[in-house]
Amino acid sequence: MMTTFDLSKSSVRDLNAALHALKKDTNDTLWSILNPDGEHSIAAGVDAPVSLNVQGSVGYFCGGMNKRANIVIEGSAGQGIGENMMSGRIHVKGDASQSAGATGRGGLLIVDGNASARCGISMKGIDIVVKGDVGHLSAFMGQYGRLVVFGETGEALGDSIYEAHLYVRGPVASLGADCIEKEMRDEHKAELIELLTAAGEDHKIDVSEFRRYGSARQLYTFNIDNAGAY
Amino acid sequence: MTSHERNWVPTTPRKSATFDDYTLSEIRRAATTGIYDIRGGGAKRRVPNFDDLLMLGASMSRYPLEGYREKCGTNVTLGTRFAKKPIELKIPITIAGMSFGSLSANAKEALGRGANIAGTSTTTGDGGMTPEERGQSKILVYQYLPSRYGMNPDDLRKADAIEIVIGQGAKPGGGGMLLGQKISDRVAEMRQLPKGIDQRSACRHPDWTGADDLEIKINELRELTDWEKPIYLKVGASRPYYDVALAVKSGADVIVLDGMQGGTAATQEVFIEHVGIPLLAAIRPAVKALQDLGMHRKVQLIVSGGIRNGADVAKALALGADAVAIGTAALVALGDNDPKWETEYEKLGTTAGAYDDWHEGKDPAGITTQTPELAKRLDPVIAGRRLANYLNVMTLEAQTLARACGKNHLHNLEPEDLVALTVEAAAMAQLPLAGTNWIPGSN
Repeated sequence: MMTTFDLSKSSVRDLNAALHALKKDTNDTLWSILNPDGEHSIAAGVDAPVSLNVQGSVGYFCGGMNKRANIVIEGSAGQGIGENMMSGRIHVKGDASQSAGATGRGGLLIVDGNASARCGISMKGIDIVVKGDVGHLSAFMGQYGRLVVFGETGEALGDSIYEAHLYVRGPVASLGADCIEKEMRDEHKAELIELLTAAGEDHKIDVSEFRRYGSARQLYTFNIDNAGAY
Repeated sequence: MTSHERNWVPTTPRKSATFDDYTLSEIRRAATTGIYDIRGGGAKRRVPNFDDLLMLGASMSRYPLEGYREKCGTNVTLGTRFAKKPIELKIPITIAGMSFGSLSANAKEALGRGANIAGTSTTTGDGGMTPEERGQSKILVYQYLPSRYGMNPDDLRKADAIEIVIGQGAKPGGGGMLLGQKISDRVAEMRQLPKGIDQRSACRHPDWTGADDLEIKINELRELTDWEKPIYLKVGASRPYYDVALAVKSGADVIVLDGMQGGTAATQEVFIEHVGIPLLAAIRPAVKALQDLGMHRKVQLIVSGGIRNGADVAKALALGADAVAIGTAALVALGDNDPKWETEYEKLGTTAGAYDDWHEGKDPAGITTQTPELAKRLDPVIAGRRLANYLNVMTLEAQTLARACGKNHLHNLEPEDLVALTVEAAAMAQLPLAGTNWIPGSN
């Protein structure tokens, strides 16, 4: 039994209130959201093991702080898709705007198209798989988590990165401060296969085509001789 | 004896006012270390402040209220614009945001305990919400910062209000800083950072830019919390008229305006002393922005930065604020910079009252530290009681002044109850110079 929610007839407030009211062990687990029409904050703050199918494109902060929900967007997503998500899965079938998965702490964000600037900014444990390209300053200050990019990246990838793991198949326009290419060892290949499997792409992709990037850890403590790096 | 020696008369050795002892020591320090000076606290230089204002007590043309008999209300409601559950405080003095990380868990607990007794709120900081803090704070404001350390929807929903931090008075335009000495296992875990690194927080939010985006962000936070929580917006005082106008436009329930005297856990000395404006100069433009938009008293204004006593509270409220926040003064009430630790301050090359190397985590008073042996020096129950006493004294002082002006509530104080003692203060606070009807800059 599927619950259908038509955003041309009800408001995002009504939808979110209904989703927040779900009991932990609800059987009302299949939701279809019609006519999202780029509305903001659709399904923000869900904390239930539900599957939401959004039939169109969404505005800012869809699935913000998501816990446990599996959200599929049959279109593109505006700024901050899955921002600070804790767990669950968000799958954007189109493109994602800026700051996709920003500060995310867990779960998996998949973007079938391209993601824009600041994808994975301040990521804190989220896994992000982008099947197209990402824009500039992606994984800026990335603390933990993994970012996989099938295409190319914009300028300053991984600027001021901490311990996030970055895997990129295409060209990197430039690396940000303290971000370097690192050796792709077996454990990294295994990690990448795990992520590709989670994104349903493992059978199509050769992990040896990817390069790994991460922190040089040179800016972890202040040193005046590094001032020019900032 | 030469003619030169015969005519030689010594003058008193004179040090330069420009190159004073502190300046000379700073040049030597920079030359030796090759890095700028980092410290805690707010601006230490003298800036025009509430001491430059006087209150006009009642006499022939105004009636005072009886000091111990007639009521003078102190309560304040914050977040009446959109939130389903506004905050009700007994006193208009709140505890400003200070992080677990910059402060010990005991110090955070003490702030909560003190605020509870006095009937006011306390605020988290750039490091997430600790169970000690939530457990010991009846009314807790949860800060939403660019770093988003520890941010999660459960804590967001446990909070009584959400404060989006755009900036702070000590460093408008700057991000947080926590040096390696204070990144203990627990702090590292809460912030999801490697232990012992020098941690620099971002100065811009990661997922919105500008007031139009912020409006959407505020809406998201309201959706996440089902429109229950008041949403505060904190700005460092620099262009208060425009910042407050944009904060109102973005949909804030409450605006927190922090002057340059407001403290920080750690930032560059040059930033603290040279960026931002004094609180005295910031309140009137902020209130004017609210009034021009018809939102004064509908969007509440909390002001902070150098508030020390009930006179400061009364004067800030008379200028149009709804409440004040204290940070540095609250730490002093807990025991920060207490002369009883003088021997240890001397070992750190400083003296009680001047200690500001809060980032080093060696605080003898056990407040700005993560070292267990130091942190246990602060008893959260006793320190909390001290803070409550101090908050009560400030409130009584403010009531005393308000009654003298004939006001039966602190919010009935008005600019007309004030004059300025200096031309600078008169111009900044837009008040007449004492004994005249001259307001510099007005006709």
